[in-house]
Amino acid sequence: MDFTAALLLATFLVSLFALFLYIWTMSKGMFGDSMNAALSIFNKNELGTVEDPAATVSQLRELQETVTGKTQLTDDILKEDLRAVSEADQSSSLAVGICLTLAVIWLVLASFAGLISSIKLHSPDWLTQYSWITFGRIRPIHLNLVAYGWCSLAGIGVALFLIPRLLKTKLIGANYAIFGGALWTTGVFLGVVLIATGYSSGLEWLEFPWQVGALLVIGGAFVGVPLWLTLLNRKVDHLYVSVWYIAAGLLWFPTLYLIANIPGLHFGVQQATMNWWFAHNVLGLWFTPIGLATAYYLIPKILGKPIYSYNLSLLGFWSLAFFYSQVGGHHLIGGPVPTWLITMSIVQSMMMTIPVFSVAVNLHMTVLGNFKALIYSPTLRFIVLGTMLYTVASVQGAMEALRSVNQVTHFTHFTVAHAHLGLYGFFSMVMFGAIYFIMPRVMNWEWPYPRLIALHFWLVLIGFSIYIIWLSIGGWLQGLAMLDPDTPFMKSVALTIPYLEARSIGGGLMTLGHLVFAFHFFAMGWKFGPKRLGAALIGTAVANKLWSRLRGKHA
Amino acid sequence: MLKKKNGWEMDELRIVGGAMVILAFATALLVLIPYMLLKEIKAPDGLKPYTSEQLAGRQVYIENGCVYCHSQQPRDPSLGPDGKRGWGRPSVASDYKYDTPHLLGTMRTGPDLFNIGARQPSKDWHLGHLYQPRAYTPGSIMPAYPFLFEVRNGPAKEGEEVVNLPPGHTKEGEVVIAKPQALALVQYLQSLNHTYPVLNSQIRETRDSN
Repeated sequence: MDFTAALLLATFLVSLFALFLYIWTMSKGMFGDSMNAALSIFNKNELGTVEDPAATVSQLRELQETVTGKTQLTDDILKEDLRAVSEADQSSSLAVGICLTLAVIWLVLASFAGLISSIKLHSPDWLTQYSWITFGRIRPIHLNLVAYGWCSLAGIGVALFLIPRLLKTKLIGANYAIFGGALWTTGVFLGVVLIATGYSSGLEWLEFPWQVGALLVIGGAFVGVPLWLTLLNRKVDHLYVSVWYIAAGLLWFPTLYLIANIPGLHFGVQQATMNWWFAHNVLGLWFTPIGLATAYYLIPKILGKPIYSYNLSLLGFWSLAFFYSQVGGHHLIGGPVPTWLITMSIVQSMMMTIPVFSVAVNLHMTVLGNFKALIYSPTLRFIVLGTMLYTVASVQGAMEALRSVNQVTHFTHFTVAHAHLGLYGFFSMVMFGAIYFIMPRVMNWEWPYPRLIALHFWLVLIGFSIYIIWLSIGGWLQGLAMLDPDTPFMKSVALTIPYLEARSIGGGLMTLGHLVFAFHFFAMGWKFGPKRLGAALIGTAVANKLWSRLRGKHA
Repeated sequence: MLKKKNGWEMDELRIVGGAMVILAFATALLVLIPYMLLKEIKAPDGLKPYTSEQLAGRQVYIENGCVYCHSQQPRDPSLGPDGKRGWGRPSVASDYKYDTPHLLGTMRTGPDLFNIGARQPSKDWHLGHLYQPRAYTPGSIMPAYPFLFEVRNGPAKEGEEVVNLPPGHTKEGEVVIAKPQALALVQYLQSLNHTYPVLNSQIRETRDSN
């Protein structure tokens, strides 16, 4: 097949060229002076000072001791630096608060939709009377609420918070983001109502009819405006790696969604390849960049030490963009699509080990030696768990692209488990952590019931473990049964039932965890509990009082 | 503002440029080239366009998300015993000439339906199965679709389609009447018959690639 061979050769050559170009730019020092760049997220004297607004005073003290070995905090952070951070946070707080609030509402609704779908799979005669809640509608409602409601709006909110901090510049044009977020959430609402009433486009991940989908494209573009305005007026020279991820993600999503929704363009099998180009890229080029940007900022920030290797983080960025964007075809292994396309996607899925290991080595090496810090920092707990599950999900994803593995897992619940490992285990966990970090800054108020953070953590961790372990096993057994021609098909259905029931139990615990989270979130919104004691937010009397209190206890 | 120590300091251009070039490259490979390759493909001789009733049924299939449990893409024998299960020969791109949106599916919570019309030609079976799957397939986890039917006491009116269920699934004197959506859906399901022969066209060679 000449065309196939030529294309594969071209892909190989482009990949090789890109790799050499990358090595060349690195050798010329064009990525900036690596360690200084990694330090760019810290203010003067901030290095060695832990930060976690979700932690209680004693947790913060323990955290400081664990990470730096010192009970004493470093010298006071310069007041002007504190004021700059505070101004940065205040410039984004309204937009961030709105996006995160909407995200939490969608999360609760999405959880119930997911739980109902899950129960319906093992109790098929439950709630069948109403068309809007039939499995084939409530399941895509769950997916769209999670992807475009919870995950996207949480990601947008977190990104908006990070931008002024990363650029050390007040957020310019926050109102564009608020308008964009409003359009976006209107799109999600209308889209879900349309799915419920039967107006689905019929494409997975793209169920919203294009007229409503357009709101996400326009809204997404508006959300990006403050980033670019702030970027062009920034006070820092170097752009920290998180900025790269956020900037690229905010460009990629509207483009992807726009191309995928052009009415009347796509057809038949071509639409299927487009469908998986989109569905995979929305994970790889939208959620992954935002999740990683968050982890790359918050892990070093909380620990008060820079990322392990800055150059590695940029290798991770470019290789993620390049390889991830081409892996979608592996969803159609065995399907009626051109073989070269599938082969190419399988090759690039394997190449994904490069960005995955760059990120994994980088983030895990930063945390290494400080695992005890997870006890004291509620935020770090969620984020480190999330990044660990990122590694697991990505390696698993690469393996699933192999024909031998795919043969078993394709068409089974295993794929569903895998999708949850990525979007929940990685992305949602990182978002939970980030929200615990961010909200005290947005509200200038403490989390009123710190124990609820721990309760949330354990509920979702236990629930998710049950979910993922049993569903993966069930899905794998289902796949093996389907591959054995002597096993009747119905047996592959029957054997999954206990695992599907376990999934409902796990999903129930996760939902409960989300209710705790949402309750706590809104309790804070209504200002229950104590007012924020300061930490790094306002570098005035409040913060000084806190520091002296900390010192006093160890004097 | 931008500081120009040297050209490489303009980071945002590198981000925008790099990000968009990479996305364009991937889009060309996964969207544009398949588009050009598949655009001119012709329907096989044995494949007929859908009738308007079948299209209406296809819409009911989409509305109710049947695609989330049923694939429509039998695989090559080298990848799974789909043929041995009676699901038909491996599908080829031209089989989907009239399918927009595509309904290839990614799950087999239920069986592949690409040839359900050939396997299960009976209208009565389909109607009854949609009303209560467990009346026909014990252990099935397919949802029942009572909202596609009307249950009434007394005899059916002229022109109404009464569903003949196996004994024990209706109460004495009750009749189950199929609504138009159910009838259309069944017409679509009956039309899913891709048993005509095709040449293994150039764009599908799963066999050599394993």
